[in-house]
Amino acid sequence: MNNENVLVQVQDLCKHFKMDQHKVLHAVDHISFQIYKKETLGIVGESGCGKTTLGRTVLGLYPATSGKVLFDGLDVHNADKRQRKEFKKRAQIMLQDPYASLNPRMTVGDIIAEGLEAQKMVLSKKEKDERVCNLLDLVGLSPEYRSRYPHEFSGGQRQRIGIARTLAVEPEFIVCDEPISALDVSIQAQVVNLFDDLQHDLGLTYLFIAHDLSMVRHISDRIGVMYLGNLVELGESRELYEHPAHPYTKALLSAIPSVDLDNPMSSRRIRLDGEVTSPINPKPGCRFAKRCKYATPRCFEVQPDFKEVAPGHFAACHQIG
Amino acid sequence: MEKVLEIKNLSVSLHTYAGEIKAIRNISFDLFHQETLVIVGESGCGKSMTSKAIIQLLPENIAETSEKSQIMFEGQNLAQLPEKTLKNIRGEKISMVFQDPTTYLNPTMTIGAQIGECLSLHKKMTRAEIRQQTIEILGKVKISNPEARLKQYPHEFSGGMRQRVMIAMALACRPKVLIADEPTTALDVTTQADIMDLIKELQQELGTAVILITHDLGIASEVGNRIQVMYAGEIIESGTKEQIFNSPAHPYTWALLRSVPTVSAARTDSSGSHKLYSLPGTPPDLIAPPKACAFAGRCEYCMDICNRVHPPVFEDRDGHLVSCWLCHPQAPKVEIPVKTKGDKHHE
Repeated sequence: MNNENVLVQVQDLCKHFKMDQHKVLHAVDHISFQIYKKETLGIVGESGCGKTTLGRTVLGLYPATSGKVLFDGLDVHNADKRQRKEFKKRAQIMLQDPYASLNPRMTVGDIIAEGLEAQKMVLSKKEKDERVCNLLDLVGLSPEYRSRYPHEFSGGQRQRIGIARTLAVEPEFIVCDEPISALDVSIQAQVVNLFDDLQHDLGLTYLFIAHDLSMVRHISDRIGVMYLGNLVELGESRELYEHPAHPYTKALLSAIPSVDLDNPMSSRRIRLDGEVTSPINPKPGCRFAKRCKYATPRCFEVQPDFKEVAPGHFAACHQIG
Repeated sequence: MEKVLEIKNLSVSLHTYAGEIKAIRNISFDLFHQETLVIVGESGCGKSMTSKAIIQLLPENIAETSEKSQIMFEGQNLAQLPEKTLKNIRGEKISMVFQDPTTYLNPTMTIGAQIGECLSLHKKMTRAEIRQQTIEILGKVKISNPEARLKQYPHEFSGGMRQRVMIAMALACRPKVLIADEPTTALDVTTQADIMDLIKELQQELGTAVILITHDLGIASEVGNRIQVMYAGEIIESGTKEQIFNSPAHPYTWALLRSVPTVSAARTDSSGSHKLYSLPGTPPDLIAPPKACAFAGRCEYCMDICNRVHPPVFEDRDGHLVSCWLCHPQAPKVEIPVKTKGDKHHE
């Protein structure tokens, strides 16, 4: 794909949190990737690997320690007030917990319209009402629900309300931060299908963060695997799942429980020994080296580069190529 | 095989401001020595309620276990026992691991004190013996350097480690039954696989029978010996793992199996034409549960009788139990919409 199709360009992005004078937590460390228009980029990794921090830093919700995020040419972290407001209209976030992310004291209609009002996108009350009804309809809820309160809805319905709120300002790019992990399997399928339909109809671009690997594969065009603040592998979903290159990706994929009785996970699982290295003041070298059975002395000294192992498929490991 | 737990006609209702919710409706099942019984179903189907009813940890002021309910354990009916006797059974003979280790561990007590508490309550041991035993059990759940870890507080542990501590607490007294209520839902796949391995290993070593509650069919197939599917407070199908996955017989089980995204099924193109299956409709309101089949309203194969008469439990020769009219000899033969390896049909 050429550069014209790139919507979000992340360049050597770092986000460090200062714990105290000597301790620095490297939540996101030197990550670079691109998101093309109308694609879904999935991000997977275990909890604490920096997925959420990455999503928030990309949106400028956290200031970056170093590096750049270019959204359609706009430098997100160095934008002036007017540009930021414009950016917030074009890029939105979808949150994980449908119970904590909706204000219990506001009606569904007010929740959805809040963004519209902030961006001065509606002029009259009537217009606002119309937009809210359309949005509820879009996510498969009855427009009559707009005067109700969040506690009257189930988890799946609440997540739909969250989606309607996200879509209210007509964004082009949405960071979905584990939007389905709090839901039941059958409801997950409904919400994932809704995300799919909306992308198709509205031409949306997603950065989809999740830890459910089979769902991520279902929804993503390309997938990035994170380990302790680093992006260790990036590739097209099929390629990544069928030919994982990085030892961590291999271990992660091998731990997915399967419903196939003839091919259970326990028979093919690659076990990871040892505990996760701390992201506080990390030592040089590959962060996965301590748990990696292929590790050589070089892995503990030099951090591997992000290399192309196949067209469009990148991995950061000394043992490849 | 030796029965550890025998549950007969268990019904639990909850008295709420909206009315009486019939959360569990007349279920019966057995748990055998050293087996793993998995209960699956969507949220609100009563799987957690069942597990809490077994050890009588239901919300006291609103829950009511019906009088004919029997929970037989070591010759006693747990549903009828006074609270004082129950306290001696809980934690020692039947123990439980919950979904979210963070909320169930006391943040102001060290790990060592929390595991030791269980031992000091149920066993006559000196402090030195308790300490020794605690170190041993921490080692068993694969926490490295247990002597030092004893003095640490829950916040110093990661999510997976906290769940290991919970398991250590639950298994400290070598219980006969371990109830694990979604023990890995809050964890990553790699940690999840480790915890499942750990439960399996300890089960072999201590001879504990495990009731595992989950909504993940993948986990059910990995660790279960027998699987029980619940819907709207009832058990609608139960059988061995092979029976459930190779020849499922209830339309709800089919729907559950169909909605699992398989890792081999990626999205086909950028337009996303490959759709996930999702079961339409919602479960029935349990304040006024349907008299006939609870699933009839969402069932593709619904027949006239399904809305009128509650289906009986059909049992085939191998003990595969199904509560669906499709299993009646006069019912039309339908093709199972899920890909299965077994070619066995309804009997």
